[in-house]
Amino acid sequence: MKLYIKYDINTTCKKVLEEQLEKEQLAFSLISFGEIELLESLSGDQLKRLNESLGNYGIEILESPKSILVQKIKDAIIEMVYMDEKLPTFKVSDYLAEKLKYSYGYLFNLFQEVTYTSIVNFIILQKTERAKELLATNEFSITEIAWKLNYSSVAHFSNQFKNETGITPTTFLRIMNKRRKMEEEIKQL
Amino acid sequence: MEIQNDVMHILLADDDEDDRLFFRDAFEEIKIKTKVETVNDGVELMNYLTQPNIKLPHILFLDLNMPRKGGIDCLLELKRMDQVKNIAVVIYSTSASEEDIEETFVLGANVYLKKPNDFSTLKKTLEAVITTNWQYHTSGLNRDNFILSI
Repeated sequence: MKLYIKYDINTTCKKVLEEQLEKEQLAFSLISFGEIELLESLSGDQLKRLNESLGNYGIEILESPKSILVQKIKDAIIEMVYMDEKLPTFKVSDYLAEKLKYSYGYLFNLFQEVTYTSIVNFIILQKTERAKELLATNEFSITEIAWKLNYSSVAHFSNQFKNETGITPTTFLRIMNKRRKMEEEIKQL
Repeated sequence: MEIQNDVMHILLADDDEDDRLFFRDAFEEIKIKTKVETVNDGVELMNYLTQPNIKLPHILFLDLNMPRKGGIDCLLELKRMDQVKNIAVVIYSTSASEEDIEETFVLGANVYLKKPNDFSTLKKTLEAVITTNWQYHTSGLNRDNFILSI
């Protein structure tokens, strides 16, 4: 038997954070996604323990101010790409500058320096990832996905997908479906 | 996994000595810090990966045509090994037939890289693969959907 599930990553993260912080008996409040206010400061040992227990869930405590800001840029982009049924149409540079209170030029350079890629490439990467997820659900047509992700046409979407992955959305879909079938066969052996 | 300040471990399985050499040299000139190990065929690869307490590579480059055990057989074995499921697998082959590409993706490969004919293209392509993989590591992307043909 197979169950299909849908989950809200924000709720999951919040719940995990709360549980782990409570386990360490720390007084805290969650400020926003990716930020926690602790009411007392941590000892080196506590910080290490917390980092380890959160590490099991793929959560990591950031240390340098640069990597914190880069993470905020990434979070803002991911939020934008995943927030709604359909991507918003505002200008990304305005959105990031407004949300993070730094000039876009500064964010642009910092991102490049820390991540080896650019903000624009990161957005394309995230949009392509979202497209892959939507494709893999088998619920949407390629036309619908192109529309959801604000591509001007199916051709534009397919081209960018192919530029990013080397294969077309249709081939991707066929590979994922075959892979799923093969994994089920392996399980039954 | 945080590898920002760390070194990315890379393993290549290829029976061609020249290809192994070019591969190592290419990484010497790439910005992201890497440590490259090589093995000479599929049998050596499986022995390498099943050593006790081995530090597993982040990325495995796998030649398709190797004596003793080829790339496809390795892929099939890797699929059945729990401890290696987080390694990104790059097929590194002289062939680029549509069937090979699709078959290896279905078997779980993440990247299909046709061996370039000149060194500067090799460097550029390897850098692109490493950078994309780095994004998957550092941005918590879903590795199941990591497919790249280059």
